[in-house]
Amino acid sequence: MSDWIEACAADDIDEEDVIRFDHAGRSFAIYRSPEDEFFATDGLCTHEQIHLSQGLVMGDIIECPKHNGRFNYKTGAARGAPVCVNLQTYPVKVDAGKVFIQLGN
Amino acid sequence: MTVTPSTRDYSLVGESARRAVESGLAAAEWYHTDIPRKQMKELMQRSDGPAIRDTAIWLGLLVAFGAVGAALWGSWWCVPFFFCYGVLYGSATDARWHECGHGTAFKTQWMNNAVYQIACFMIMRNPVTWRWSHTRHHTDTVIVGRDPEISVMRPPDLLRVVLNFFGLVDAWHAIVDMVRNAAGVIGKEEKTFIPESEQPRAIRIARIWLAIYLATIALAVYLGSWLPLMLIGLPRLYGAWHHVLTGLLQHGGLADNVVDHRLNSRTVLMNPISRFIYWNMNYHVEHHMFPMVPYHALPKLHEMIRHDLPAPNASMWAGYREMLPAFVRQLRNEDYFIKRELPPTARPYREEFHSEAALAAE
Repeated sequence: MSDWIEACAADDIDEEDVIRFDHAGRSFAIYRSPEDEFFATDGLCTHEQIHLSQGLVMGDIIECPKHNGRFNYKTGAARGAPVCVNLQTYPVKVDAGKVFIQLGN
Repeated sequence: MTVTPSTRDYSLVGESARRAVESGLAAAEWYHTDIPRKQMKELMQRSDGPAIRDTAIWLGLLVAFGAVGAALWGSWWCVPFFFCYGVLYGSATDARWHECGHGTAFKTQWMNNAVYQIACFMIMRNPVTWRWSHTRHHTDTVIVGRDPEISVMRPPDLLRVVLNFFGLVDAWHAIVDMVRNAAGVIGKEEKTFIPESEQPRAIRIARIWLAIYLATIALAVYLGSWLPLMLIGLPRLYGAWHHVLTGLLQHGGLADNVVDHRLNSRTVLMNPISRFIYWNMNYHVEHHMFPMVPYHALPKLHEMIRHDLPAPNASMWAGYREMLPAFVRQLRNEDYFIKRELPPTARPYREEFHSEAALAAE
């Protein structure tokens, strides 16, 4: 059962950047890659629950603003200390200029 | 006002650590000056250029001073060359270790990692242990019982401070830790901040380092000369003074157990040579508030947020004139600290979070 949630307008996110999206008591991070693709992950770093939306997007990487831990936001893979646990990722689609993320069941 | 003296337990597994967790001081939400996202992104941008330039200068000078010092070994003419070599080995590495550990000095990560490993060896800080201890330092800056990197505890041990200008206490502990780690033992406190998966790496590196030091000692014995040790190992002692001189100013005499870096960190304006050696870590409030900003962008960040920060100390001398009397007062009353005044343009300290600290400062 798909559960697509409208997160934001595509134009709300600059290229190679990230914004925060809160829904149903949870926080997510929505990314726009340098190739103009959109991605979504959990919004909090798996290391110490810091909002990744304040971090820096560099290519495929999101760097946490507190301890500089790194993830590949396309796969969720932890890519640099101090993060050791991968991020949860979510499917994303863009429809009529709106970004939707699929939260599943 | 009478303040009941408190007792601080700096152990990471003691009473203060337990209280910090219970009171919410551990892993708390810290104050940040508001900066528009667009400007913040510009400040955070990475670049290889400045760090390649600075690293080439640093390593070039290190090799040059070391070579000339070695060539003049046996005469007094070698002294000024080893003086400079020592500072580049035993002090400049403090900043290189730090910045490359954050991964912000270079844009290219292998460059950060390479300089990090070299600098860690020279400053005698296990690159695994210290990566994780510094992570904790940024999570819980000067939170007693949580921060493993508090350099001057209260009441201050001034003898230890003086000895560390020659690296004596820190290097001794570093050697003990290296031998212990090389023997396969990770300490109880180290286990509180190094993930289990990383501990074998700490042991492996300690063994490699121990082998290098033993080889250097063996070479010195074989040659019947101190020269190998003057180049490897001893500069951590005779060249330590500059990193201690600058490092003490980072948090010395300021508040502990607060969640606002404006209260527990100090920005000090410095001469360009010290700023090169220190890689701009004199902008220490700014660094702690925004650790994503590379060292070369810190002066710009300082200008951007200075309206919200206490005025920086105008020089190292001014910083010491402020800090040393505070150390002396803390010998009598360990709860005393310097509460730095904010300019009228700043958002006020959140006194509701710092009421105990405010009382102690009076």
